[in-house]
Amino acid sequence: MTSRTTVERTSDRELVTTRSFDGPARIVFEAWTRPELIMRWWAPKSFGMTFLSCETDARTGGSYRFVFGHPASEQPMAFFGRYIEVTPPSRLVWTNDEGEDGAVTTVTFEEDDGKTRVVVHDLYPSKEALDSAMASGSTGAWPEQFEALDDLLTALGASA
Amino acid sequence: MPTRLDATFAALSDATRRGVLERLGRSDASITELADTFHMTLTGMKKHVGVLEQAGLVTTRKVGRVRTCRLGLRRLEEEAAWIEGQRRLWEARFDALDEVVEDLKRKETVDD
Repeated sequence: MTSRTTVERTSDRELVTTRSFDGPARIVFEAWTRPELIMRWWAPKSFGMTFLSCETDARTGGSYRFVFGHPASEQPMAFFGRYIEVTPPSRLVWTNDEGEDGAVTTVTFEEDDGKTRVVVHDLYPSKEALDSAMASGSTGAWPEQFEALDDLLTALGASA
Repeated sequence: MPTRLDATFAALSDATRRGVLERLGRSDASITELADTFHMTLTGMKKHVGVLEQAGLVTTRKVGRVRTCRLGLRRLEEEAAWIEGQRRLWEARFDALDEVVEDLKRKETVDD
């Protein structure tokens, strides 16, 4: 299967991730907001992550807290923030408050002919904030990803 | 605001600058050496190197009176690799989300 997920740095401080799903926006939106559904997909097993807990109060002004475990880390990792906007089934906006200079994440759900196009915008407060997220890998770069990164660097090095 | 990629493409749009990158791919060189190689004035070569530096393609270091240029591709590679890491993470998530969406659709059909 060809990859349908695209990730692009669209400006100095924004990252945009896109993918389409075979279902109506109402259903996809639900899967992004109900904890028992989020727990089934947000922390991929292939990345060695395990969900320890997931709490969402998916209302404008509500908060969320995701806690993961990973074999490479003794401490569980918590990701949390608050919902700035919750507009079912088309728009979700939340803050990422676990570190300084966290991005504001906006997710839009556009339904067309029974399919839903999901666009995730991560807007960082500054170019430096996104650059340092990249340098530290703090936006979800897990050990496996670093291996993938090494592979890619080698490939790029070989072709340069 | 131009993206970094725009800056990169702009830098690569010029034949001399592409030649400079090719030359630096073989070994580091001073601005004087580059100017000689490409039959240009020092000022002209400094401008080209400045554009390449802006795009993160070349880094320069001044030792005494000599400014040495070298390929600075590393940063771009790191960014590309990080973005690829992100893409893999989201792809893994979204494959699992596909299943959740399928389940919810099936449930709705049964409930109807």
